[in-house]
Amino acid sequence: MVISDSRPERSAVLDARDLGSLLEALQLRGYGPVGPTIVGDAVVLRPIAGVDELPSGVGDAQEPGSYRLAPRDDGRFFGHNLGPSSAKRFLFPPVRSLWTAIRIGPQVRIEANDDPPPKIALIGLRACDLAAIAIQDRVFGREPYVDPHYQAARENALLIAVNCSQAAATCFCASMGTGPRVGGGFDLCLTELLDAGGHRFLVEAGSEKGDQVLADLPTTVATERDRRAARAESDRAQAQIQRRLDTDGLKDVLYRNAEHPYWNTVGERCLACGNCTLVCPTCFCATVEDASDLTGDRTERTRIWDSCFNLEFSYIHGGSVRTSTAARYRQWITHKLGAWIEQFGTSGCVGCGRCIAWCPVGIDITEEAGRLRSEDRAPQPVGR
Amino acid sequence: MASLLEPGVALRPDPMVPRLVTLERTRAETADTFTMELVAPDGVTEFPFLPGQFNMVGALGVGEVPISVSGDPQTPRTIVHTTREVGAVTNALKQLRPGAALTLRGPYGTAWPVEACSGHDVVLIAGGIGLAPLRPVIYEVMRQRARFGRFLVLYGTRSPEDILFAKELSRWRSQFDMELLVTVDRGTEHWRGNVGVVTKLVARAPFEPRETVAMVCGPEVMMRFAVAELRARGVAEPNIHVSLERNMKCGVGLCGHCQLRGEFICRSGPVYSYDRVAPLFEVREL
Repeated sequence: MVISDSRPERSAVLDARDLGSLLEALQLRGYGPVGPTIVGDAVVLRPIAGVDELPSGVGDAQEPGSYRLAPRDDGRFFGHNLGPSSAKRFLFPPVRSLWTAIRIGPQVRIEANDDPPPKIALIGLRACDLAAIAIQDRVFGREPYVDPHYQAARENALLIAVNCSQAAATCFCASMGTGPRVGGGFDLCLTELLDAGGHRFLVEAGSEKGDQVLADLPTTVATERDRRAARAESDRAQAQIQRRLDTDGLKDVLYRNAEHPYWNTVGERCLACGNCTLVCPTCFCATVEDASDLTGDRTERTRIWDSCFNLEFSYIHGGSVRTSTAARYRQWITHKLGAWIEQFGTSGCVGCGRCIAWCPVGIDITEEAGRLRSEDRAPQPVGR
Repeated sequence: MASLLEPGVALRPDPMVPRLVTLERTRAETADTFTMELVAPDGVTEFPFLPGQFNMVGALGVGEVPISVSGDPQTPRTIVHTTREVGAVTNALKQLRPGAALTLRGPYGTAWPVEACSGHDVVLIAGGIGLAPLRPVIYEVMRQRARFGRFLVLYGTRSPEDILFAKELSRWRSQFDMELLVTVDRGTEHWRGNVGVVTKLVARAPFEPRETVAMVCGPEVMMRFAVAELRARGVAEPNIHVSLERNMKCGVGLCGHCQLRGEFICRSGPVYSYDRVAPLFEVREL
């Protein structure tokens, strides 16, 4: 773990009143700050101009199928849990132009979209969010066909993590081994401290770029007391985590129960709306769309997020492979918790709980996986 | 301070960006199938491929679909694709006139194991348009006919009018030592051949099961029965090869559509030895 104890020179304390200096330092280096802010009735990640746009004094309450903002009286900037958006929206945007074909007379020319993604600083990423980015790095980085849009967005992004100081009822990062305390994979990591020592941040640098930004800030030396306080924040979050997912042998449980009647019961509740795949920070499926202008001389191919819950997702000539909702839910959860391990050497789930909160009918991935396990059928000979 | 404002990182080449190719000619094969011959705009660039591989073929402004190459691997200047008119893209491709520009990406995917067939009986089992991805294998086997044992093509299609590559098949049968067994779902007045499903041909086909490499391409249900018949004859699972089909939007393992459990069919397939995918064949709607 890249924590302050081993490299005390790379951590410092920033007074909460000086948080604006962080945004200024980022902007000075050409990084557009993107951080949590309130839009409608949720905390989402958006470009922000100043600290006054952070959701200061706002928390939330989350349950299966429910997300509600709730005021808190301590003025914390990061006293909220995860909202629906994640870094995915910025590193793998929902809509991205891939290329344009232009016809001039008899000639056709194809122009690739090689606009570099903007330099941004993603502020407020939690431990599970960083784990999700590490997973998408694998998904989009498999040679020989690397996604250059993701890769460039990733290299142009500075990751500024925040340690969770509390957990939502939907969180289960501890089960997935991704949190709640930030381990690595960040440029800067903030822990918001609020005690007799005042409202301040322990700021740790996790990269050279992070070091440079940290050096720009009006910080004071971090003391042992600050570090202890930071650990206490993580301990509190850890203690609040109620949800569990038993991942032991889960891939095999999912595989060998592919035809269990249980899938029909979840299929009856699932609306196949795809919310879970949209809010999931690792879901990566995308489709393409072509659009031509009125002259027909210009046509553009665009990549757009897709979802395995869409009927057309599995369409091959003559019809879709996964016509039932049960088959689509089975595909999603089996991929996320099982096949992903085969493909990328890691579970596709980081335990963020977004799919639980944002499911309109409150389907809970931990509960569904647990129920399947409890009804696990012993390995059967394949019916031949 | 200017040094702080380094520019962002530029993009590497994108595998989603196609190249342009020119339609040389289109030939109607049957009522709803056609073959396209494509060449590079310069006429000389070659497009080497292995039997069983596919390209993402696109009609500008309409979209892109995966289509297996149906041509001869030894004539890589011409890219040959045979497909059915079944959707917006294939309908648009059918309408294109010679000289029209198409988009192409590929070749992608795994190949039929032609090399491994050396010294063995080779049995191809095709259902409908499934003959097209197997035709490059026929070209390869014919070219080096002496390297192989018995060579059988078992082919099932809807009706006598739906027989693909009919002239070519009968020429091969007469010129080379190739056993061709054709069956149709519905006969006609003049049809003297077999009627019924192609999988029924397996039981009486003259090949030595323990010395056989089989390649099966067609609808999934047909492949399932064909594999069952081959196994019943005693062909070992690792010697049975199938070509799987799923929706594909990218062909390069990024879009997620072609996943079948742990497989990205565009990358680890479409051609698999049966033992690798056997458990996946048993589950409905997977």
